[in-house]
Amino acid sequence: MRWNRKDLLGIEPLSAEEINHLLNTAFSFREISTRPIKKVPALRGKTIVNLFFEPSTRTRTSFELAGKRLSADILNITVSASSVVKGETLIDTAANLEALKIDMIIMRHSASGAPHFLASHTKASIINAGDGWHEHPTQALLDMLTIKDKLGRIEDVKVAIIGDLLHSRVGRSNIWALTKLGADVRVCAPRTLIPSSLEKLGVKVYWDVGEAIRDADVIYLLRIQLERQKANYFPSIREYARLFGIDREKLRRARKDAIIMHPGPINRDVELASDVADSQNSVILEQVTNGLAVRMAALYLCSGGDIESEDTY
Amino acid sequence: MDQNVIILDKAAIERTITRIAHEIIERNKGVEDVCLIGIRSRGDIIARRLAQRIDQIEAAEVPVGIIDITLYRDDISSPHGAQPEVQATKINFDLNGKRIVLVDDVLFTGRSTRAAIDQIMDFGRPRNIQLAVLVDRGHRELPIRPDYVGKNVPTRLDEQIVVSLSEMDGEDKVELRKEQDRPRQPH
Repeated sequence: MRWNRKDLLGIEPLSAEEINHLLNTAFSFREISTRPIKKVPALRGKTIVNLFFEPSTRTRTSFELAGKRLSADILNITVSASSVVKGETLIDTAANLEALKIDMIIMRHSASGAPHFLASHTKASIINAGDGWHEHPTQALLDMLTIKDKLGRIEDVKVAIIGDLLHSRVGRSNIWALTKLGADVRVCAPRTLIPSSLEKLGVKVYWDVGEAIRDADVIYLLRIQLERQKANYFPSIREYARLFGIDREKLRRARKDAIIMHPGPINRDVELASDVADSQNSVILEQVTNGLAVRMAALYLCSGGDIESEDTY
Repeated sequence: MDQNVIILDKAAIERTITRIAHEIIERNKGVEDVCLIGIRSRGDIIARRLAQRIDQIEAAEVPVGIIDITLYRDDISSPHGAQPEVQATKINFDLNGKRIVLVDDVLFTGRSTRAAIDQIMDFGRPRNIQLAVLVDRGHRELPIRPDYVGKNVPTRLDEQIVVSLSEMDGEDKVELRKEQDRPRQPH
């Protein structure tokens, strides 16, 4: 298939075919990181801006490295040190970047829909690196690549997503990706952290972790943001860890070969017991490796490129 | 009138591969340090066949690698268009100091070869790189000259050379086609 999108704003608008095309491309890109010279000239001459309005280390670093492996020039803009703090609007920021002939913008923003807004006001390609509570498409894609890699398929795989589904863009993007690719998705969290409309997305809601992970092939833990406890979404971190945290004891209810996934950074012994996080079942570091390949694929596909004349070769 | 002309049939392709295998052995005085690298998606098949023939003649196994040149092409320029599917490169041997025979099905402008050489250089420093092609159709745009040629076919620019190989296309043949008979793959 051919990829004809300028931007990658979310998983929701993508077809299963487009998701698979991205995954297949990412699979091919993984090999580049094993070469003696881990660099190809595919995006030579392109300029990419990492525009992060929220703090991030791993996603920003992963995108930066992905761009560098493809020979692009990378510019990191830290918002706390930019004109944004002086009151510049998003459109003005975009217009200024466009005036500098930027080709792509990787954007993280605390407002849902901010990358969509920017995409409609600039010619540069926009890749959403997380917008508010809405989507985090490259995280979902790297999770799909990891599941496909470990289990050989996504269709009919039983996935239990546990944690703060109300505020999680990772959870939302993963639910869209998994259901589009035919997985059986269950979710589990305290009642205050499950949005009421979640079942409409084709997932089954469980209130008991043991039930949710029974026979699961994949156990996906979402990070609990500690400020949620202060906002009274649940009584205490300790209680959350006891009821919803995955430890050896609870893990007995799942399949023996179930894989443990987490988007990171882990709150050790909160959503995931430390020994489980470091166990054979854990594929958390493989997710990080796959993240690089997925981001290379996203940059490559969205940067466009057309064979001017196929006959010239 | 049928405008497609079969340039090489199955038997002719086999004979050609046997001849190139002999030429590789002769030119390199054996196959010590010789490695074959085929350019996807038909050069790799020809490389494997050449390795098999060399093994039959010399009783020596020659390593075979595959490269995908997509990320090294120089014609990806128009924004937001469609691009060729990227496939993995597999070179599972150290190519430092080796004699590399780069294998492609059709040599045309030389840009694929240039991209392949660039990529090989990113993997190491071979002693030399030789070029083997099943068909040389001319119209070079770069100073590239093959060392082993299956068949020279002087073509017009509006003509196409279409290589079919049984592993991929179900049959072995090389056809010359006019532009209106658009082939499956570009050359």
